[in-house]
Amino acid sequence: MFKFWKKDRAPEKTPAADAASETSENVVEILPREVMQSPSLSVPADHAEVDAAIAPDSVAVEKVDGSEIDNPGKRSWRERLSGSALSRSLGSLFARKPKLDETLLDDLETALLTADVGVSATELLLENLRQRMRKREFADADGLLAALRESLLAMLAPIAVPLRIPTDIKPFVVLVVGVNGVGKTTTIGKLARRHQQEGRQVLLAAGDTFRAAAVEQLKAWGMRNQVAVISQGSGADSASVIFDALQAATSRNVDLLIADTAGRLHTQSGLMDELSKIKRVLAKLDPAAPHEVLLVIDGTTGQNAVNQVRQFSLAAGVTGLVVTKLDGTAKGGVVFALATEFALPIRYVGLGEGLDDLREFDPGAFVTGLLPANLGAE
Amino acid sequence: MFESLSQRLSGTIERLRGRARLTEENIRESLRDVRIALLEADVALPVVQALIQRVKVRAVGQDVLKSLTPGQALVKVVRDELTAVMGSVNTDLNLNCPAPAVVLMAGLQGAGKTTTVAKLARFLRERKKKKVMVVSCDVYRPAAIEQLQTLAQQVEVLFFPSTGEQDPVAIAHAAIDAARKQYVDVLLIDTAGRLAIDAAMMAEIKALHAAVNPIETLFVVDAMTGQDAANTAKAFSEALPLTGVILTKTDGDARGGAALSVRYITGRPIKFIGSGEKPDALEPFHPDRLAQRILGMGDVLSLVEQVEQNVDKEKAQKLAEKIVKGKRFDMNDMRDQLQQMLSMGGLASLMDKLPGVSNLPDQVKSRINDKEVHRMIAVINSMTKKERRHPDLLNGSRKVRVAKGSGMQPQDVNKLLKQYQQMEKMMSKLSSGGIKGLMRQMKGAMGGGGAGGNFMQR
Ligand SMILES: Nc1nc2c(ncn2[C@@H]2O[C@H](COP(=O)(O)OP(=O)(O)OP(=O)(O)O)[C@@H](O)[C@H]2O)c(=O)[nH]1
Ligand SMILES: Nc1nc2c(ncn2[C@@H]2O[C@H](COP(=O)(O)OP(=O)(O)OP(=O)(O)O)[C@@H](O)[C@H]2O)c(=O)[nH]1
Ligand SMILES: [Mg+2]
Ligand SMILES: [Mg+2]
Repeated sequence: MFKFWKKDRAPEKTPAADAASETSENVVEILPREVMQSPSLSVPADHAEVDAAIAPDSVAVEKVDGSEIDNPGKRSWRERLSGSALSRSLGSLFARKPKLDETLLDDLETALLTADVGVSATELLLENLRQRMRKREFADADGLLAALRESLLAMLAPIAVPLRIPTDIKPFVVLVVGVNGVGKTTTIGKLARRHQQEGRQVLLAAGDTFRAAAVEQLKAWGMRNQVAVISQGSGADSASVIFDALQAATSRNVDLLIADTAGRLHTQSGLMDELSKIKRVLAKLDPAAPHEVLLVIDGTTGQNAVNQVRQFSLAAGVTGLVVTKLDGTAKGGVVFALATEFALPIRYVGLGEGLDDLREFDPGAFVTGLLPANLGAE
Repeated sequence: MFESLSQRLSGTIERLRGRARLTEENIRESLRDVRIALLEADVALPVVQALIQRVKVRAVGQDVLKSLTPGQALVKVVRDELTAVMGSVNTDLNLNCPAPAVVLMAGLQGAGKTTTVAKLARFLRERKKKKVMVVSCDVYRPAAIEQLQTLAQQVEVLFFPSTGEQDPVAIAHAAIDAARKQYVDVLLIDTAGRLAIDAAMMAEIKALHAAVNPIETLFVVDAMTGQDAANTAKAFSEALPLTGVILTKTDGDARGGAALSVRYITGRPIKFIGSGEKPDALEPFHPDRLAQRILGMGDVLSLVEQVEQNVDKEKAQKLAEKIVKGKRFDMNDMRDQLQQMLSMGGLASLMDKLPGVSNLPDQVKSRINDKEVHRMIAVINSMTKKERRHPDLLNGSRKVRVAKGSGMQPQDVNKLLKQYQQMEKMMSKLSSGGIKGLMRQMKGAMGGGGAGGNFMQR
């Protein structure tokens, strides 16, 4: 199951790719699309249920039928996000038609905390429910559940602001930052695809000059998308690569420049300063650049995401978030903690490793994934 | 954002003060706080529940007065339980098998598997003097193989080449053959990141495991992982016979509850922790340190040790005896206490060890200094012997004299007297309770007017 995106995992090594990565300084590679059209890996879907559960907050067990595998794009947000530990534990709770009392609220509290929603956001939500319960606003537990869904939606609604790229800003510069291994480079590959499909000319900057083969990784995504990548190879100065890339983007009249950066923990002040430097250097060419600073958050992250947002905002002036890896069993409940604390817009979510596995953030789908409306009916 | 356990407990612990023993009734609220604190530190709920049960069993019936304070007694039980669950220090890889010993890595996407392979390779080559080969079976992630190749060069170990077109099992077989031919001691196999619910990918790694029969199968987990750590650990440990866990990215400020979840659920030891991106950033795992980090206890326990070591035990004993006998706590005793506090490195050093203090604004921190303590001692010094033994004698004119003698204002003397009265009251309440309890009480009493006292009390 969940194999639908595997098709996008194309073999990376092509003779052309090898040749391309040997030429180094500021080389731009564009390969014909056919090169990247590799045969799909067509792994058969496994219908067997994975019994990986820790009762009662278990791993989602989902059946995937053939049609979903043939149509990866058709699989909805809701399907991908469903089966969270939260919705499962609440499902069994509400099936018992519980009484409206403190025990019910305690169970809800537990469920929210288990989904990484965080203590302060959870307390906020529960206090509201408690007060309304006392005022007898709810006829039954289902009424209370509906109210909780509403509250969750209300928390996310203000931060569901999609990234819109004005036509009069050219090149529009997006700087992608985040801690190690969250999915920055992969997200850039997906973003390039998305914006190219929307008709923009895209250029990528290989600003991660530190991690082994980070440049090659971005180049591979560039080739998948037929998008040029500006790089200076490993060990170069990140700010200088991105500076060069902005110059190149301007001279080539490109619409969108997306710059990768090395993963860094928000506690490493030296590396955080490097981000400030990148911003300063970009501002020399265009005082408004970067126009968007995207912080990528791994959806499996717990409460540490709060510190990440705080520190990256200070160092790099984050303007939007991307939450990745929501195709797993973690459902990114920390988003609620982030919403209450920072009010930064969530621009996209990552739902897989393939080119098309990036969606604009949709609070309705997100909340439904966590907390289906028909819980009690199950 | 994160409240440390000790901070969180401060409220409910107040209510525990003065109780003779911990009972299920009187620790209920505190246990709820422990539960929330563990959840805040990202310990997974099933693990939290199991732990709370264990703590309850151990704490109930504990004699409060013999320990530090009721609150600290509870904190200590929690910490001890966490440490127990976390297991012992265990940094060695088992390589007891015919060469090449095969080590297989597994974990979620981006956890740090490839980096950890390089770290282990370096560790085995440099420390264990092994001949090491690495191979990548990640045929999916762009440039994953190049990444390992570059790292292998950096740490100077053999790299067995593979390509994205190959089958992972075939790669592994070929690598084992090559390793055998080249008399390699250890072969480290990197694998692609995979989701636990990705049945095909889990089947793939199962097949890989069956094919290579590794002596070590290591589960790599990111220290920043939230509640999902439990689900993932469960699924991986059911799919593969894991032999150990490696916790990565501990150089950040994540509380690391995931470590506890994974350790508890897999039952496998945490063998190493990753503490940086460079190949030398691999460290042995210290269960006690992680337990403290999860609890956000700062160095509460080392503070306790420091207090135990530096308190002039004889004087404290005498004071304790005196108070037990019902004799009065006087200004001489107070001066002794103040001097002992200074001899322990002063307030600032004690303060640094307390959770939460590092987050205080600098202007507040700068006010926490030993000046106040020195001033108090100066005031006591300019009293007569009689006044020290019978502070009640200090009337208006005596106060003026004492103030003049110590270069202070009469209100400073009043402040000291107030603090003395608070301490005295507490001491008289304290029929027994030992040295540590006494120290704690004394520090609490400092809160009356002095700077810093309030922080000490937390
Ligand atoms: N399942 C899943 N995996 C993802 C997603 N996004 C990224 N990944 C995987 O996560 C791993 C890390 O992704 P990268 O894009 O290399 O992450 P990064 O932030 O650039 O990493 P560094 O540059 O090393 O800090 C890779 O294996 C990706 O395939 C997602 O939305 N879902
Ligand atoms: N700060 C820090 N970064 C680490 C540590 N371990 C790994 N990293 C970084 O985390 C990111 C991901 O590491 P990888 O080794 O590529 O992770 P992986 O599990 O092989 O990733 P996939 O193969 O994509 O699943 C890289 O940027 C590493 O440099 C660590 O202990 N501390
Ligand atoms: Mg990257
Ligand atoms: Mg890897």
